[in-house]
Amino acid sequence: MSQGPEAEFRERLAAGRFMLQRSAATGAFMFPPRTAAPGSGARDLEWVEASGEGTVYSTTVTRRRPEQGGPLNIAIIETAEGPRMMSRVEEIDPEAVAIGMKVRARIQEVQGELAVVWTPAEGAA
Amino acid sequence: MSLRGKTACVGLATFGTGDRPGWTPTEMMGEAVHLALADAGIGLSEVDGVFAATAVHAMPQMTLAEHLGIRPKYSSGSNTGGSSFMAHALDAAMALEAGVIDVAVIAYGSAQRSGGGFKSVSEPMPFEAQFEPRNPITAYALATARYMHEFGCDRTPFAEVAVSARKWAEKNPEAFSREPLTVDEVLSSRMISDPLGKLDCCLVTDGAAAMVMVRADRAKDAPKPAVYLLGAAMEHHHRMISCAPDLTTTSAKESGARAFEMAGYGAKDMDTVQLYDPFTVVPILFLEDLGYCAKGEGHAFIGEGRIAPGGELAVNTNGGGLSCVHPGMYGMFVMNEAIRQARGDAPGQQIEGAKLSLAHGNGGVLSSETTTIWGTAETL
Repeated sequence: MSQGPEAEFRERLAAGRFMLQRSAATGAFMFPPRTAAPGSGARDLEWVEASGEGTVYSTTVTRRRPEQGGPLNIAIIETAEGPRMMSRVEEIDPEAVAIGMKVRARIQEVQGELAVVWTPAEGAA
Repeated sequence: MSLRGKTACVGLATFGTGDRPGWTPTEMMGEAVHLALADAGIGLSEVDGVFAATAVHAMPQMTLAEHLGIRPKYSSGSNTGGSSFMAHALDAAMALEAGVIDVAVIAYGSAQRSGGGFKSVSEPMPFEAQFEPRNPITAYALATARYMHEFGCDRTPFAEVAVSARKWAEKNPEAFSREPLTVDEVLSSRMISDPLGKLDCCLVTDGAAAMVMVRADRAKDAPKPAVYLLGAAMEHHHRMISCAPDLTTTSAKESGARAFEMAGYGAKDMDTVQLYDPFTVVPILFLEDLGYCAKGEGHAFIGEGRIAPGGELAVNTNGGGLSCVHPGMYGMFVMNEAIRQARGDAPGQQIEGAKLSLAHGNGGVLSSETTTIWGTAETL
């Protein structure tokens, strides 16, 4: 390992790939990235292309004033692979984001750093 | 070997709760320690164990010991957020019982209100900070939204929690917010982070609190009634809300079960139940996780004034973090009220004949949970 798992994740994002780690033996995925599976300590981790499919697990709207940028969505997305991530849902009113909504991943810059954000899956809105 | 009843709180104090400009957090914490020692009838020079956590000091117990001018044989500044102080009570009990120390002080101090608002030495959360969460409120808003989704309630039960807390505060001369409050006022308060409005959120006050613990043999001779630590247990899991295994069940389920087991008492035996309440959903989660009602039923359980004055369960009798005091970290005040009730020293809101009190601390973003159970000599 020439670098830590977070740097590996971000390097893949920079190459346009959203990848998650899983334990080869159990198939269980994890996020944030690690050098061993959380809880078990299993060392058999492999990077796998994420499906990019997810579901809104919970959502809130920070009621910023207009001069601060207006309402901001913050959501927890449950990936189809299992792990959850904090992110936001774009291309929809922040207030219209609902728990259970199907969403798709997109890599883009957020606050000067690449991240995975989500948009409503086709037919979900 | 159980820690049950091996140690006791023999002195406690609060200082500067509410709006107290002109004091630093260190000065306030130090003053609370001096007042608690006076309450215990113990001299400063006897203190050899120091426990503290704050939101503004990197090494709070060292800052406090320097300020007091003492040389502890053992100290801890372990920080599990607002539950730190219940964890410190467990630490202190272990250190006292092991004979490492003889007199422990646990303290907290904050000038959060007069100092210009919420501050924290906490680092930004990796993979979260980019999305601009305003923690802790964002995390608790996400938990509240999930609770409403899973258990099918609207915002009314949360408003009822705030109103019950206020009714207790109306009885407590030390409480910060004492004017009458209605469910409609809570529901129509300015939305901060959906579904949490301003009155679903804890106060922003100044305040310090401290307590003194000694072994049971010495506690018998204390000037004020000693209140014994009968049970204490902690569990934590995640640091970031996105890593929470569940947004509606907390580690209080585990910490509570183990604390009750150590104490030899159950949830229904408690005369008062003091629960960390940074946001209105939180006492509901803890009533469920500690066994007062089933998971998902807490929103109905707290209805019809069940946890308000005159209700069947005396919850947050000081008015809680929602209406009494919340200077950034509230755990020390939760424990203070539990112990005051058990020693019959809560004028205004005293529960007549209270002998057993539960004090449950929460820290981080529903991350760390520590349950403590306190009782009078006759509960030993």
